[in-house]
Amino acid sequence: MALALDAASRRNRKVALIAAIGALAMLGLGFASVPLYRMFCQATGFNGTTQRSTAAQAAAVKATGRPITIRFDGNVVRGMPWQFRPEQVTQDGHIGERKIAFFIAKNTSSRPIVGRAIFNVTPEQTGAYFHKIQCFCFNEQRLEPGEEVRMPVIYYVDPEILNDPNAKDVSEITLSYTFMEAADSVQAAPKN
Amino acid sequence: MASIPAHEGFDAHHDDAHEHDHKPAFFQRWFMSTNHKDIGTLYLIFAIFAGIIGGGVSGIMRAELAHPGIQYLGWWTHFLGGNDQDFNATLHMWNVLITAHGLIMVFFMVMPALIGGFGNWFVPLMIGAPDMAFPRMNNISFWLTFTGFCSLMISAFMPGGTGMGAGTGWTVYAPLSTTGSVGPAVDFAIFALHLAGAGSILGAINFITTIFNMRAPGMTLHKMPLFVWSMLVTAFLLLLSLPVLAAAITMLLTDRNFGTTFFNPAGGGDPILYQHLFWFFGHPEVYIMILPGFGIISQIISTFSKKPVFGYLGMAYAMVAIGAVGFIVWAHHMYTTGLDVNTKMYFTAATMVIAVPTGIKIFSWIATMWGGSLEFKSPLVWAIGFIFLFTVGGVTGVVLANGGIDDNLQDTYYVVAHFHYVLSLGAVTSLFAGFYYWFPKMSGRMHSEFLSHLHFWVFFIGVNLIFFPMHFLGVQGMPRRYPDYAPAFEYWNTIATNGYMVMAASMVIFFINIAYSLVAGKKAEGNYWGEGATTLEWTLSSPPPFHQFETLPVIEEAHAH
Repeated sequence: MALALDAASRRNRKVALIAAIGALAMLGLGFASVPLYRMFCQATGFNGTTQRSTAAQAAAVKATGRPITIRFDGNVVRGMPWQFRPEQVTQDGHIGERKIAFFIAKNTSSRPIVGRAIFNVTPEQTGAYFHKIQCFCFNEQRLEPGEEVRMPVIYYVDPEILNDPNAKDVSEITLSYTFMEAADSVQAAPKN
Repeated sequence: MASIPAHEGFDAHHDDAHEHDHKPAFFQRWFMSTNHKDIGTLYLIFAIFAGIIGGGVSGIMRAELAHPGIQYLGWWTHFLGGNDQDFNATLHMWNVLITAHGLIMVFFMVMPALIGGFGNWFVPLMIGAPDMAFPRMNNISFWLTFTGFCSLMISAFMPGGTGMGAGTGWTVYAPLSTTGSVGPAVDFAIFALHLAGAGSILGAINFITTIFNMRAPGMTLHKMPLFVWSMLVTAFLLLLSLPVLAAAITMLLTDRNFGTTFFNPAGGGDPILYQHLFWFFGHPEVYIMILPGFGIISQIISTFSKKPVFGYLGMAYAMVAIGAVGFIVWAHHMYTTGLDVNTKMYFTAATMVIAVPTGIKIFSWIATMWGGSLEFKSPLVWAIGFIFLFTVGGVTGVVLANGGIDDNLQDTYYVVAHFHYVLSLGAVTSLFAGFYYWFPKMSGRMHSEFLSHLHFWVFFIGVNLIFFPMHFLGVQGMPRRYPDYAPAFEYWNTIATNGYMVMAASMVIFFINIAYSLVAGKKAEGNYWGEGATTLEWTLSSPPPFHQFETLPVIEEAHAH
């Protein structure tokens, strides 16, 4: 009888252990979703996530004859004491052509502020084809009190877009940036 | 309960160490319990208690919404120790109320009652097991749930940013729950979810082990009663979805307290990711709340039709299908977060697929009743009420599944009407059906059939008066989660509040019925529902002995489900 009970409790432990491993695996998956989600968005251009490429990659892209208009938008989150706007509202170019656009930011407060820009493009299905070679959004930007800077974005639209039935008819893409105070802004720029 | 008649059949071999119905003393029995029936009873009492609080909170909300303007919120803010001179704190009180109502009803009423209560009581009885596989872990599960509830109650008296208490909604979306709610209230609320979640995961492991390993000889998986099937699927959903919630809310806690930026774009995070994680848990969660109800309804319909359930295997695997597909439809809660058209198309289609197994269940219940020798005892009346109410909620669910329509209806009262029809009316109706079905089995006393029927009709009229007008309000564009509204919405809101009072009256009937049965109810026989009740719990006395099935029952080849 005791032996039989032991066998039963061993069986119970085995099932419980497998179940517990399943639960722990899902817990791990929950945390792993943070990098996975970022990779997924970067890989697929999901939600208008733009692509990032090197100058060498960009050099291999040939411009096509298809015209495309890029619109620019720049804003800051509520309460951030910066002025931020694009220098040009639109730029006309061609798909595959490398272009440069400028944004102007000014710190209107009396303390240094580190800003971080979040960005995306609309229509969202063009995110996978919108490549940035250089961008002020790749790094955090620190502005001293009253400082004004002119920041460049170098970009091109991948000609692959012409092969995507959902995106090939797009003639205008809006690139939008929102500046927010970086989460570690206070440590990075102690108040005077 | 001094003397329990010897039960038929399975007491031939007494183990001397296990003398029948030797019960521990009061404190040991109820506070250190390892007996699945006692723990089930604790869960049911706890759920009723939490339900009174959660239902009371909805009463405050319905009173406030009876007319446009702010009438009672200031008083309640003052009553709960907040600053009623600050109008923002008064409005925050509203957020605290909707948060408390949602969290209490989901985690501390429906789940403890269906899974902890009926699951603990009847899974071992129905599969012919002496107890759960891990009786002590069962005890831990209950007390974790209980402490979770205490943590949530404490949060109401803590500063939560704009006012006292956690005002984040049950979804606890960032950034409202992170940078938007300073103060310990939200930490306590999140901790409540951790505790209740841990309790439920342990409970799920216990159910899975019990059902896989402790079935009586001859009871194959394909002979298990459908209630046990429903608990098995529910346990798997809990096991696989709750850890994801635990991860998400842990990241919320570190974002709040330790400077991480998982959900904060200022540090490279994404608040939308929290929504994905929450709903990856949240959608299975709504099936967790309804599947045990499906199981209960199957048992009841079969019992009172005096025939086995129509399409047993289809019924069992429909629940498996609902559970599996339930994991891949979560973003239909997020149609307005900027999903592209293709993603919306997928989630619309996948969501609608769930209507197929659900339809199989509805039609199989009706087919079971068709040609059956129906006896309209109170559980069957409640079960038929469930089928009607759940179907109404299911139909509006198919409407909301459409990404395009949802753009228009999201966060309106149409959504409120939808999920209350499936939960407040569906899951809760199945709870009452199960209660009247099994209460005499658990207590040994018959309830009053008259009061049970009366309870049903008053409840049925009340809840429909509350929630049906909300469809109209939603289509007209009344948004959820606000204490005030444009005067044009007053007509249906007043009717809904009147409906609440009808529903509240039905709860009075319910409690009178319990009191009546405990004081003056007839003693219940072992099988008081007669020939239709064929599962193993009916072979035992009412209430069953403290320890049952010391000699395992053997299920013969021809045994009905």
